[in-house]
Amino acid sequence: MVYENPDGVMVGLEIHVQLNKLATKLFCGCSTDYHTSQPNTHVCPVCMGLPGCLPVLNKRAVEYAIRIGLALNCEIVEQTQFHRKNYYYPDLPKGFQTTQYDYPIVSDGRVVIEGEDGEHVVRIRRAHMEEDPGRLMHMGSIDRSKGTLIDYNRSGMALIEIVSEPDMRSPREARRFLDKLRNILEYLDVFDSTLEGSMRVDANISIGGGDRTEVKNISSHKGAERALLYEIMRQKNIKRRGEEVVMETRHFDEARGVTISMRTKEEEHDYRYFPEPDLVPMRVGSWVDGILETLPELPDARRSRFISDYGMVDTHAKALTSDIRVADFYEEVASKVDPAAAAVWVSDVLKGELNYRDLTIASFNVENMVKIIELVASGKITEKGAVEIIRNILDEGGSPMDIVKEKGLLKVEGDVVDEAVGEVLKENPDALEDYFAGKEKSLNFLVGQVMKKTRGRADARSVREMMLEEIDKNYR
Amino acid sequence: MLDGLSDIKNRIVSSSAEEVVASYLERIEKSNINAFTCIAEDAIEQAKKVDSLDIEGPLAGVPIAIKDNISTKGLSTTCSSAILEGYVPPYDAHVIERLRKAGAVIIGKSNMDEFGMGTSTETSTYGPTLNPWDTERVAGGSSGGSAAAVAAGQVPVSLGSDTGGSVRCPAAFCGAVGLKPTYGAVSRYGLVSYANSLEQIGPLANRVEDVAALMDVIGTYDNRDSTCVKHNAGYTDTLQDGVDGLKIGVPDEYFGEGIDDNVQKLVWDAIGKFEDMGAEYTKVSMPNTPYALAAYYIIAMSEASSNLARFDGTRYGNRSEGENWHMMASKTRQEKFGAEVKRRILLGTYALSAGYHDKYYLKALKVRTLVKQDFERAFEDVDVLMAPTMPTPAFKIGEKMDDPLSLYLSDVNTVPINLAGVPSISVPCGFSEGLPVGLQVIGNYFDEATILKAAHSFEKNTDHHTKLAAEVV
Repeated sequence: MVYENPDGVMVGLEIHVQLNKLATKLFCGCSTDYHTSQPNTHVCPVCMGLPGCLPVLNKRAVEYAIRIGLALNCEIVEQTQFHRKNYYYPDLPKGFQTTQYDYPIVSDGRVVIEGEDGEHVVRIRRAHMEEDPGRLMHMGSIDRSKGTLIDYNRSGMALIEIVSEPDMRSPREARRFLDKLRNILEYLDVFDSTLEGSMRVDANISIGGGDRTEVKNISSHKGAERALLYEIMRQKNIKRRGEEVVMETRHFDEARGVTISMRTKEEEHDYRYFPEPDLVPMRVGSWVDGILETLPELPDARRSRFISDYGMVDTHAKALTSDIRVADFYEEVASKVDPAAAAVWVSDVLKGELNYRDLTIASFNVENMVKIIELVASGKITEKGAVEIIRNILDEGGSPMDIVKEKGLLKVEGDVVDEAVGEVLKENPDALEDYFAGKEKSLNFLVGQVMKKTRGRADARSVREMMLEEIDKNYR
Repeated sequence: MLDGLSDIKNRIVSSSAEEVVASYLERIEKSNINAFTCIAEDAIEQAKKVDSLDIEGPLAGVPIAIKDNISTKGLSTTCSSAILEGYVPPYDAHVIERLRKAGAVIIGKSNMDEFGMGTSTETSTYGPTLNPWDTERVAGGSSGGSAAAVAAGQVPVSLGSDTGGSVRCPAAFCGAVGLKPTYGAVSRYGLVSYANSLEQIGPLANRVEDVAALMDVIGTYDNRDSTCVKHNAGYTDTLQDGVDGLKIGVPDEYFGEGIDDNVQKLVWDAIGKFEDMGAEYTKVSMPNTPYALAAYYIIAMSEASSNLARFDGTRYGNRSEGENWHMMASKTRQEKFGAEVKRRILLGTYALSAGYHDKYYLKALKVRTLVKQDFERAFEDVDVLMAPTMPTPAFKIGEKMDDPLSLYLSDVNTVPINLAGVPSISVPCGFSEGLPVGLQVIGNYFDEATILKAAHSFEKNTDHHTKLAAEVV
């Protein structure tokens, strides 16, 4: 299949990733663990931009940036350098942002995503290090607020800004790129996507070779897809009216699902970039080999390995590796039970139940999953009973064995089933007649009646076998 | 002759730190040269602590004045600007930490040109510091307060900062000794940045040995300043070595147009004195010197425009009210910054702007490289360079205030040193019509030892430093 990209949609993304797994901020020793703290409690003279303070570069942040670069198949620069990006905003304590300009730490990479027509390559133009500003807090709504408070806890957090080429041809491809990127970053153990503000997206969109617009500050992957859908529709409508799209910066209103004009090109800032004199250039080229050695297995490689090692189908491998926590969970389960059964239970059943409840894999533990799969494998419970246990744990908690006891989920076998089969045959002579008359379906009805009598605790397949045996023995 | 560190130490032993500090506080009290922006209320307390705890640091009980752009915990730090009125830093600069550890008593903050921008300490929001030799004249700048306080005997030692000559100029105008260390020799952590790629904290005193002693305390490695370099200190170790065989280079370009005849003569006399002491001199050429001044001002102003962006009234200091945040910031900057600061911010902003960046800023960086190469070449053949520190003795207060360009020209012999980052010291080498003149001795990177040794030898063989300014009370 060839995807023609009929409207000539071109989407490029700029993604700000907060390196929130670092212990300290980019230029000072303040802790990054501020998400549940009171405002302005994780600050020091450096990240507050007090007069006289100087930045000291966090070496581990540089290593993380190189890790990311390597995972995105990028070139790593020989020597890094920081620049100042000068602009005024109350949450920017120094009046400039320390960032990288013409020598980003990594550049020219590529990420393979599942595109509209099979595998699709999205090129990475560059990724650079920079510091996060603080946050403005309005008292009540922004327009009625009597004043604005500033929380500098976030100020100085290390960010990596990843800039793609405009290689995505649809909102769906953009979404997949973002998902893939998050996936890779989590594998690298450089960031936790569950923390607020950990990944923020700006999107550039053009159609049919026209001018591009930039939609700023989209906070989720779903939001990005929605913003792009809206923006493409808006641009198409403009073209349909015979007008030209103007180059401008737009804001995505999450609540209304629309983009709004913020500023046109004429008002764009002159950032007056120049090299940061307080940070000396740093040679990092020699670090690359060492970091390469410590690079973990990445999603694509893990997916291939799951297929070859566990013999699972590609859809399972994809589902299980698209979140490192799920993949780790699966491998732990698979080390204790049959990997094939584990693949089905984790990928098809557990993930489905989690998604339905908007929960993460952290809501379930490996021991319980192992126990449930063992119970099914040993024939003690039915598959249906297993699903019930999973749901029960997610909704109310508890352990598999307690739930089994409490709900009476132990599979019934032998005499009880025998008895039920006998009773059902006695109670439904008409159905038996139909069966003898050649209506295969009435056998299903009879089996169903047995299941009903045993409250679903019998194994349907063996009930069917026993039923046929009993008919042969006593009714022929 | 004013007391040096060794005299003070003797006085402290025979009486107490408290008494010594009190005597200096009294001198400051009596003075009218406006050298201080504030006096530390706990100065006596600090001294008492030295006495009672028997603190034995190399500067135990010695009062010191700190330029008002160096952060002192609990003590106002305003950069002599209205915009920082009321700002009390919650932390100490690296040099202050070192001084406190050495037992020094921080006696107060000294006056300066607003944010270090000036050559006369006339742009201070607190008014100009007067020259102790002639109170109608400027003390030089921007560390005018630090130099005047030393020359007037209000403190034995002080710290200044030197971006384009700000320690050496007032040292020369006030007849003190002032050192601009190699870039990276003293941590800038806590120094409020004006032009951070150029500036260094430097000591001022009435004796070369006291400047060296201060360097031993403050010139240590600090990992909070990424431009700070690990190096072997030991500034006093070789101070007593002679200058026999010392090779002096005299750069022609530093004796050019605008250099006062008397000043030239005194500097040549000084070089003659060095010859008498066994040194030899050759003329050297520093061909890119004429472009240094322009490059310096472009770079300094560009950096200043960025460094001073943080003063927006939001977090500290003084603010003007406005109906929204940009009006508040805008009015604060409009009303609280002085004219010279605004001039430099505007020029720097212009020089960095898209479209002019290459024409001015990048070109200035290229000139900087050339100037640096001039020094590297010169130091292949000579040990030190000697030249006048300032082209003239101290000028009258107000004389150049309305003519910033002529004021900038007086930095012509000091700014190339900052562009290159080499160390340089100014020592008194005589008097022109009763006003002190400074000899500038410039050294190779991290070779403070040689220029300190040279300056010390000169001082031992001359008596300029023994003369007292009129304002010594």
